[in-house]
Amino acid sequence: MSSRVETAGAWGEEVTSSPSVPSRRRPRVEAVAPYLLLAPSVFFLSVFVVWPAIQAIHLAFEGPNNTLTSYNFYQMTHEYTFWPSVKNTLIFMVSIIPLEFCLAFSMALIINTGLRGQQFFLYVWTIPLAISDLAAGIVWLSIYTQNGYFNSILHDLGLSQYGYQFLSYQNTFSLFAVCVVAEIWRSTSLVMLILLGGLQGIPREFGEAADVFGATFWQRLWRITLPLLKPSIRVALILRTIFAIQVFAVILALVGSNLPVLGAQAYNWYHSYQNPNIAAAYSIVILVLSVLTTAFYLTVVRNKAEIAGATR
Amino acid sequence: MSRHGLRLALLYAAALLITLFLLIPVYFIFAASIGPQNSVYDFPKPLVPQNLSFDTLSFFLHYQGVPEAFKMSVEVGIIAVAVSLILGAPAGYAIARYTFPGKNVLQLIVLATRSFPVIILSIPLAVTFLSWNLYDTAPGVGLVHTAMGLPVTILITAAVFYGVPVDLEEAATTLGCTRIGAFFRISLPMALPGLAAAALFTFVGSWNEVFAASILTLQNHTLPALVLTSLNIAPLQFSFAAAVILIVPSMVFIFFIRRYLVAGWGQVTK
Amino acid sequence: MADIQIQQIRKTYARGQEPAVRDVDLTVRDGEFMVLLGPSGCGKTTLLRLLAGLERPDSGRIAIGGTDVTDLPPRKRQIAMVFQSYAIFPHMSVFQNIGFGLRMQHVSRSEIQQRVHHAAELVQLGDFLQRYPSQLSGGQRQRVAVARAIVMQPAVLLMDEPLSNLDALLRLQFRAELKKLVAELNTTTIYVTHDQVEALSLGDRIAVMRSGSIIQVGAPMDVYDMPATTFVGGFIGMPPMNFLDATVVSANGHTTVDLGGQPLDAPDAVRDLAGGDVTVGIRAESIDVWDQQEPSTMPARIEVVEPLGADLLLTVSVGRQQLKLLTRNDFPARPNMPISIRPQQDKLRWFDAAGERVAPAG
Repeated sequence: MSSRVETAGAWGEEVTSSPSVPSRRRPRVEAVAPYLLLAPSVFFLSVFVVWPAIQAIHLAFEGPNNTLTSYNFYQMTHEYTFWPSVKNTLIFMVSIIPLEFCLAFSMALIINTGLRGQQFFLYVWTIPLAISDLAAGIVWLSIYTQNGYFNSILHDLGLSQYGYQFLSYQNTFSLFAVCVVAEIWRSTSLVMLILLGGLQGIPREFGEAADVFGATFWQRLWRITLPLLKPSIRVALILRTIFAIQVFAVILALVGSNLPVLGAQAYNWYHSYQNPNIAAAYSIVILVLSVLTTAFYLTVVRNKAEIAGATR
Repeated sequence: MSRHGLRLALLYAAALLITLFLLIPVYFIFAASIGPQNSVYDFPKPLVPQNLSFDTLSFFLHYQGVPEAFKMSVEVGIIAVAVSLILGAPAGYAIARYTFPGKNVLQLIVLATRSFPVIILSIPLAVTFLSWNLYDTAPGVGLVHTAMGLPVTILITAAVFYGVPVDLEEAATTLGCTRIGAFFRISLPMALPGLAAAALFTFVGSWNEVFAASILTLQNHTLPALVLTSLNIAPLQFSFAAAVILIVPSMVFIFFIRRYLVAGWGQVTK
Repeated sequence: MADIQIQQIRKTYARGQEPAVRDVDLTVRDGEFMVLLGPSGCGKTTLLRLLAGLERPDSGRIAIGGTDVTDLPPRKRQIAMVFQSYAIFPHMSVFQNIGFGLRMQHVSRSEIQQRVHHAAELVQLGDFLQRYPSQLSGGQRQRVAVARAIVMQPAVLLMDEPLSNLDALLRLQFRAELKKLVAELNTTTIYVTHDQVEALSLGDRIAVMRSGSIIQVGAPMDVYDMPATTFVGGFIGMPPMNFLDATVVSANGHTTVDLGGQPLDAPDAVRDLAGGDVTVGIRAESIDVWDQQEPSTMPARIEVVEPLGADLLLTVSVGRQQLKLLTRNDFPARPNMPISIRPQQDKLRWFDAAGERVAPAG
């Protein structure tokens, strides 16, 4: 049948019919209705997202007495924790994304096989989604702290008498490892959900057709599933990377200032040192990193028109 | 064992391993906070808690500022839920029901705002809120949490209304309803569970959010903000109990909205 | 009870697109069962939605029972509609579904009770009133949709492919029930379908649509027998009407066409096309066939034999053209068999190059 455009009837329009006026000249409330319905949200997001973003840039370049200055950036970059925090944030991001992506993709594939207990697994696997970064940090603190559960297990197994100091500032590798595990534990669920949503949008017949033509599991994954999943993969990667650049509470809770990262720096500059300008400068660094990585993903994981068409 | 059977066994083994990885830490934090206060310093810790007691939890709940912070968190959450539903549900409905010029662009903008770093928003908003008298208040934090939750609310409500066939509304109009009447009598009742899911999702997001809440409050911390600022001051059992108190409500809510999680996030890429 | 007058109705969905309905005129008499028939995309559902008030026309007027309803919303049009998807409200019981419209009209509780029960009895749903749609079969949902419409005692009953979601056996049974029901109610009914069998069996009249226009309106057997265009002839009837291309020859005051060696007398109206092309239409059951040579017949050859039970459907070639014909099942047909055929002269339909019927007139 002809494609329907749902503009039938008018919102809240009372009958104002006058047979002498041709209908095409009547005001078409239904044409503006969607804009009216969307306007409050757009306005709100402008005030609370777009405007503060502009303000952030202004703050970062604001000197005393409303002057414009780049001094905030000078001061920020010459502070001894700045470059370590940039380095740590980037290393953190680069080590998390691939690990987490593989894990999340495996999880989504497992759920999508429709195995028995699927509902149970899906619920348990989304539990971390409910857990805040702060709580997640504390959860892993209970495991990795010196008299925590990990050392207790090592002790019970006879591997260590008094336990290791995983969270000591002297042991950079274990600091990192602990934070990466905690962050993966907390945030893989989100990536899995996005990928699972994408997987469920791929008609089963595609995979079945590939099977009929003798594709192996890996061929099918590589030739059918992954290309069709590109839009979801891209969204998942972008979201996940932006969140990783903002990492903050997990690290503060687990290792405090032993591992400086950009998010924690911005928090400290605002909260402990009461300097919103340098805090804003840090947030600009986060923004620039986010924009750069998003642009990177958009060019590398490119969307093809035919894929969009095929998944509808 | 047949090849198929082996495959299935591997599949379940993998699923079980992942489940253990995700569940065991939750178990440990519960184990760590169900016991007398000084048990957090025990070493080696028993893997099964020996002395069950609500001592630690009750210590946390009576700690100075905690009851107030709890109340603040609930207030902030309710504001965020109410405002994002009032604003977001009509927007979601518009996206689901209408075809109009600029729809894709609008959808994209909504999506983009969701991925916008909250760290960037909080600091200038703190400055602005000082002059608006919203600094250190529940509405102030609630509005920022609305900004974070609104895009997802729009996405979920759009998905929910996509699920209510237009035919049903049309049928209602042929049976004597106005367009608005059809919405309230047909679409809204059918969409209610989904809208409730969107509300819970926003609440969980607000309940868990810590950066903006810490930046935008000074005295009237939300629960996570209080816990964050107390990390270096309060004893370990305070943090452990705090984590449990933070986790439990979210886990319950996620259980209720689990059916909508995939639909909501799957919609993201369409 | 009301008649319907549609004048010059036009509807375009999006700017720059072809109109879905273009300047359609149609009059439906009071109490008449009118079927809108056409292939998908022909605009029949749009026309129905325009009648219901679910779409607004770009131009043109619609009157129901003498009242101009063009600018009225659906609820003020005294119509009721059965949707293709049934559009049963899933969160309401069968009783609430059927009574929904009456409740909207603030009919008294006792009258709702009484009318809902009556309507439910008419569609044999009396025992299911407390059920919810998820507990009903497809056929039962369809009955709810019909009951929900007829309980309103509408001036006009609109049905959008109400049988298309049922499986074949149910469809046959419902068709008969629906015909009986609508005949008893005597409500003016517009029924949209793409199924020509449904159209022929249900309609008092059929309006055949194509590309947004109505091509022919008439009683089922008239439309079947005298298609206005080759499209109508091809769309209605199973098998479709045969069309043979021929050249008109005019000599000695006689107009004939040549079809596979055997000249056919052409009616006077075709004479004007002398020297040009004409399309001859003939129904499969209007061709006589012999298994041996006969005088003044056309030689043909059987290509495919399809037994249909009472009849045999033969695909035969005549010269370089193909046609289908029906014959009794005792005809000794086998593939490649040479046969003789002769179209019944009074059943020949003549179409010009544009596909419009030129003869017989009327």
